[in-house]
Amino acid sequence: MRRLFLIAVPYLWLLALFLIPFVIVLKIALSDTALAIPPYMPTLDFAGGWQAIKDFFSALDMENFVFLTEDDLYWKSYLSSLQIAAVSTVLTLLVGYPLAYGMAMAPDEWRPTLMMLMILPFWTSFLIRVYSWMGILSNEGFLNQFLLWTGLISEPLIILNTNSAVYIGIVYTYLPFMVLPIYSALEKLDGSLLEAAEDLGCSRLTAFWLVTIPLSKSGIIAGSFLVFIPALGEFVIPSLLGGSGTLMIGKVLWEEFFSNRDWPVASAVAVVLLLILIIPIILFQRNEQKEREKNQ
Amino acid sequence: MRRFTWFNATALTFGFVFLYLPMIILVIYSFNASKLVTVWAGFSTKWYAELFQNDAFLDAAWVTLQVGVASSTLATILGTMAAYVLVRAGRFHGRTLFSGMIYAPLVMPEVITGLSLLLLFIGIGLDRGIFTIILAHTTFSMCYVSVVVSSRLVSFDQSLEEAALDLGCSPFESFRLVTLPIIAPAVISGWLLAFTLSLDDLVIASFTSGPSATTLPIKIFSAVRLGVSPEINALSTLMIGIVAIGVISASIVSKRAAVKQRQDEQAADRS
Repeated sequence: MRRLFLIAVPYLWLLALFLIPFVIVLKIALSDTALAIPPYMPTLDFAGGWQAIKDFFSALDMENFVFLTEDDLYWKSYLSSLQIAAVSTVLTLLVGYPLAYGMAMAPDEWRPTLMMLMILPFWTSFLIRVYSWMGILSNEGFLNQFLLWTGLISEPLIILNTNSAVYIGIVYTYLPFMVLPIYSALEKLDGSLLEAAEDLGCSRLTAFWLVTIPLSKSGIIAGSFLVFIPALGEFVIPSLLGGSGTLMIGKVLWEEFFSNRDWPVASAVAVVLLLILIIPIILFQRNEQKEREKNQ
Repeated sequence: MRRFTWFNATALTFGFVFLYLPMIILVIYSFNASKLVTVWAGFSTKWYAELFQNDAFLDAAWVTLQVGVASSTLATILGTMAAYVLVRAGRFHGRTLFSGMIYAPLVMPEVITGLSLLLLFIGIGLDRGIFTIILAHTTFSMCYVSVVVSSRLVSFDQSLEEAALDLGCSPFESFRLVTLPIIAPAVISGWLLAFTLSLDDLVIASFTSGPSATTLPIKIFSAVRLGVSPEINALSTLMIGIVAIGVISASIVSKRAAVKQRQDEQAADRS
């Protein structure tokens, strides 16, 4: 009895507030747009009996998904989200790896402090961290002031409201997600392996390529997925730092829903985004599973 | 063989400057007298004064706090139950679905979670307001709590619970007297995590809130869409300050607790 209660409470909560909402999204994605409240057709009417349920199902169609393929705004947004997420993941890796490596090589007594410095931004509001770049990247912003002062440029660079600003924003906000898994892989690295490689005639750089990088592979993979997956559906960064030319699917979905009030298309956009995300999520799970088995 | 080289030192310096400089600039310029946010015109605290006279911000802060406390408390209870089910309940029908529903929200884009909950609330005719935001926040943060708590439960020595049961405790007493004190640090950090997630959330709150309830992130977002403002800098500084004080004092407390535990264990070994 007690066990049943323990299972049932969180189970029913998640069914009601996680799974059923998805079924609703799927259903509305298959419905037609209507000028009504709620703005979609058909609505399920159990009072009408079996015939009403049959009518309901026969009225569902793939129209909205066909619409997504016809209007090039949508597939361009999916492709551009994939591209922005992929490029920023690589950039985050390039910035994050040396940082994680430095943390792993640092003296033991520094490590708790370095760890805390790395985790602290994670507890700080995401919105504020993104916002802090608006004052830096704008035309009269600090970066341009600095570059003009050094004489490197003679005219302010236009960075804010472009894709470059979106890349900077993603690298900045997701950096700890990349650094921490790589750091934990590097921390376990057995130093004697590097010694052996050097004894056998490797230069330090070759030893790094042949020993350190392969042994931190799982951290690199985990970190990359932890950046790529959330970046793909990102909304705040493209809407604050990106411009009108920045196409990201999270932003499109938001506008479809709040500005155009086209619920069926917004739901179809969500369903397709989810289908795209399933692949990286499965790959990520597999990587984690492999790690767990290796550690046992 | 660990060598801390110049390369490592440079990487650390640049990395942490990159992480902290934007926030430091934000904090400094919140004390700027000028309305122009990138031109320094002397020290002033007037933006803080204006902030505390702005009722819209104060109302939003109050809503955010209510949502945060209520949702993280609910999420901690539900998440701890879910962790217990995942680690201890053994096999039952629909277990795979259950663990799927625990892990899926962690990787779900916020726009999808928000959209789906909004459609549910409209479908069942629930008026949107503080209550619906609490429901939404509880749902996604309970999953984070259950991940944190279950990682602690896995490493927990079950024979302690069995001993308590053998000594005549009821299952509830054994949970309260044995299990809870041991998993307490994980439960507390789960609560803190849920609380910060709730304070931070813009997207899901925007979908699930109604005109009657505006949270602080929604308010900040609609203000900064128009550009940088010194008032928002002041508000951000306050939020950064609160988080920094909270995290640093929490880490000092847990460090002391760890030292004390080690001393206790050594004392127990000697006796």
